[in-house]
Amino acid sequence: MGNGTSIGRVRGLGSSHEGTHHWLTARLTAVGNLVLIPFLIVSLALLPDYAYATVRGWVARPLPSIALILIMINTFTHARMGVQVMLEDYVHEEGGKIAAWLLVNIVPFAAAAFGILSVLRIALGGA
Amino acid sequence: MAQARKARPISPHLQIWRWGPAMLVSILHRVTGNGLAFAGLGLLLWWIGALASGAEAYQTFLDYVWLGTGGGLQTVTAILGKVVLVGLTWAFFQHAASGIRHLILDVGAGYELETNARWSSLTIVISVLLTIAFWAFVLLR
Repeated sequence: MGNGTSIGRVRGLGSSHEGTHHWLTARLTAVGNLVLIPFLIVSLALLPDYAYATVRGWVARPLPSIALILIMINTFTHARMGVQVMLEDYVHEEGGKIAAWLLVNIVPFAAAAFGILSVLRIALGGA
Repeated sequence: MAQARKARPISPHLQIWRWGPAMLVSILHRVTGNGLAFAGLGLLLWWIGALASGAEAYQTFLDYVWLGTGGGLQTVTAILGKVVLVGLTWAFFQHAASGIRHLILDVGAGYELETNARWSSLTIVISVLLTIAFWAFVLLR
């Protein structure tokens, strides 16, 4: 990759080989959340009541179910990046770093998978 | 070389700096973000999982988080649930307002001291007002 000069290091995207990918993805998902979360909370606020049939019926509709699946992907990606930065700032021991690395790379994916499956069960499962 | 009169702070932290709006909002951004990540997404999964599981599971969710119908432990968690839900909406509005401020700072604008302090303070005013407006609409309509 780089030959030790400044331009060489930039071409190799630095020692992490990732450059600004993390930073940009955090911004991209932030903008996504600025659309998705207001859609969710405004829709919930406008529901006539919070009975099981009403709320489930709302989730099952095409636009809300698509929005909720996108929310599962987008919020967990954004949260994963934010929590990762927080842990990088506060966890300094080697063992803790390994635990943090496992947490950040496993839990959000498992959680998002559970959320997406739940939305699909509601959207495709009928009443 | 002149000697320093007394030991200098080696790693200045919160107790050393004079508090200002930008500093407060930066800390709030991290606190609200992690609150939303753990409590907010946790509740979101409980809610959608309960909805997918059926009427009984959804009723359990409502009882614990809001209604407290079952009495006992649910009475306590229903109070906590309301506090957490109101807190989470405020956390979202604060994190969103502060996040928009960050997106503006990212393009290189808003670094003048007065502007920066004003926008920082404004994120808190906006988040509190939006939280009040949201819950007033939900509870009073």
